[in-house]
Amino acid sequence: MKRFLNKDGTKSVLSTLISILIGLLAGAVIILIVGLVDSKLGIKEAWKGIRLIFFGLFSKGQQAGRLVFGFNPTNIGDMLFRAVPIIMTGLSVSLAYKTGLFNIGASGQYLAGTTATLFIALKMNTAVVSPWIVWILAFFGGILAGALWGAIPGILKAFLNINEVLACIMTNWLAANIVTWMFEGSGLQCTEGTKTQVIWKTSHNGVATAKMGLDKLFPGSQQVDGGIIVVILIAILVYILLTKTTLGFELKACGSNRHAARYAGIKDKRSIVLSMAIAGALAGAGASLYWLSGSTEFHWQTYLSLPGEGFTGIAVALLGACNPIANIFTGMFMSTLNVAGSKLSFFTGYNEYITDVIIAVIVYLSAFSLLIKTWLTKRFKKSEDRRIPDVVYTSKNAPGEAAPTVHGNNGKEGKAK
Amino acid sequence: MSYLVQQTLIYAIPLMIVALAGVFAERSGIINLALEGIMIFGAFIGVLFVHLCQKYGVFELLPNNGNWGTMQLFELLGMLISGMLGALFALLLGFAAINLKADQTISGTALNMLAPAIVLFFVRIIANQEELRLYKGDAAQWFMIKKGMLGLGESDGFLVNTFLNKVYLATYVCIILFVICAIILYKTKFGLRLRSCGENPQAADSLGINVRRMRYSGVLISGALAGMGGFVYALTTSNCMSNGDVAGFGFLALAVMIFGNWKPLNIAGAALLFGLFKCLAAGYSSIDINGDGTKLLFELSKHPTWGKVLNPNFYRMLPYLISLLVLAFTSKKSRAPKAEGIPYDKGQR
Repeated sequence: MKRFLNKDGTKSVLSTLISILIGLLAGAVIILIVGLVDSKLGIKEAWKGIRLIFFGLFSKGQQAGRLVFGFNPTNIGDMLFRAVPIIMTGLSVSLAYKTGLFNIGASGQYLAGTTATLFIALKMNTAVVSPWIVWILAFFGGILAGALWGAIPGILKAFLNINEVLACIMTNWLAANIVTWMFEGSGLQCTEGTKTQVIWKTSHNGVATAKMGLDKLFPGSQQVDGGIIVVILIAILVYILLTKTTLGFELKACGSNRHAARYAGIKDKRSIVLSMAIAGALAGAGASLYWLSGSTEFHWQTYLSLPGEGFTGIAVALLGACNPIANIFTGMFMSTLNVAGSKLSFFTGYNEYITDVIIAVIVYLSAFSLLIKTWLTKRFKKSEDRRIPDVVYTSKNAPGEAAPTVHGNNGKEGKAK
Repeated sequence: MSYLVQQTLIYAIPLMIVALAGVFAERSGIINLALEGIMIFGAFIGVLFVHLCQKYGVFELLPNNGNWGTMQLFELLGMLISGMLGALFALLLGFAAINLKADQTISGTALNMLAPAIVLFFVRIIANQEELRLYKGDAAQWFMIKKGMLGLGESDGFLVNTFLNKVYLATYVCIILFVICAIILYKTKFGLRLRSCGENPQAADSLGINVRRMRYSGVLISGALAGMGGFVYALTTSNCMSNGDVAGFGFLALAVMIFGNWKPLNIAGAALLFGLFKCLAAGYSSIDINGDGTKLLFELSKHPTWGKVLNPNFYRMLPYLISLLVLAFTSKKSRAPKAEGIPYDKGQR
């Protein structure tokens, strides 16, 4: 048990769980206080809200004013679909972070991917080209656009030594404006009904991701499709790239010490640009998969605000300690919160923004996750220290035996005796 | 022409004051990426204050009810409160960055996510819609100074029309504050000490300066200025409305700060330039530069070839493009504070 607790990975997982718990509690406390202060809501509504925050995924609706909980495949399907873009932006931030770069520009890369994907998927004539080929072209178009957009801060960092955070912020807002500009005269605006602020769904042109049977597995969910399977495959690929390949090693080496890496013969400039380009490609792929589902509408006037996926991606990455495999789970956790948020605004007087508060609190906590880890180490040390007199006491019978010096393993053996 | 100057000032002043907020934090050694978040929070607090005062008729109890001077006092109180709460919000950044030695970029990003979320959560509960507006009337009716109020109704001079007609007191208060803060930063003992903590905290500490306290002051002043800037932005550009968004103004202020090379005078210039672009993007169709009745920019945007480039989208993205180019060309001699972003560690002396 001790050895398990002392492993670095265990501590990471524990500190993640502590962050999540504190975040959820913060949300619950806000709900409780608002419920007590606001006479319209009251304590009953607050109790409903708190239960939905923790178990929103298992909500089965309401009967006679009481919430019913249980297994709900529709919710899980929606959760999986909403996880698609944020796992991808999370992977993007993770990969950059592992290679020493803070990719705050995932929003911009996401927008670049969105634009390329939508243009290809809607402009190509599906009567001539098979929708499948259009899908593939649009998917890779999105990836390429994201990669190119991500490479810009990379180039600025590698060749001009400009802080990638600042460059990413600028490229984000550049993308937000360029995207609006491009769609303004594109003729792709949805003309159906009163909607004027959105672009056609890709299914308008017959292009949509295959369901791969997931709609049967999760009946009732309108949106779930094969995108989530592609995402999981990509996450595994990123994991392999980072841990098992020379390229991944070079990228990481360059991140931990650029000059040392150069001394070891690694092309540092190329590595930095490549890191940012791959990160951009991942964010772009997230956008492609999200819009190619064919069930989502893009609000094209983005110049006043950036898409939230890029920032949620930061939360997904940091919460998962920037491990690509862990990101799958943290991404699903974030989209679980998202589903809980929709339930909250549907069934109670509260609204879904509380989940964004929870996510922000979690990111805030992960900024000093190292501190939580150190605190955990100290906790474990303390509990071992308390056990040491025990060991000394038993060893009294054998005075020749040396007193335990190394805490971890001896303590465990002492107890086993 | 006076419309152009007024509109430029309206956009430039919040930028200027928030960029200076960034300078205070960075000069003390803390990267304040949370400017956007603090602005959003400050705007919300200010608007909420005004909304609640109107709702409970606080200013109808005052003896000079309806007097424009009272309304200006009301506005100043709003600025003060949003500044104070902005500082409180920035304390979260200070606590993470100074006490816990956390990553400043990440904690700044966290605050940028927290502010809109918490604002929208409360706005929806208070107003039952996505935005919080004034309880009654609009910002111009309540707070705008018109020349008639000052007894200048007859006058038609350019200066009167530009600077004393249809203006907000907040604009001038911000200019005065900007000057005072710049003097504090450069001409006082406190300012010198603050700046030393951003350049070489170890040396500063060895001379008996409390680095921790200096950095906290930097972050608090930064938060107060940014919070106030947020309220001024909401008041002057969006009719005193809070919707959890300041359209990237906080990030634009960051760009202004870099463009101005962390120096107040340059920042004022950069803010005016960026304000001009914002103004062109927002009001290009009604700007009459030389007063001959033709709206040159509007005609240009309709021109078959020039119109492809010179349209509001172009003006809107220009500030970011310019800051990126400036970053690219000046990065070699950038005067960014040397110790910014590095948690202070006594052991590294």
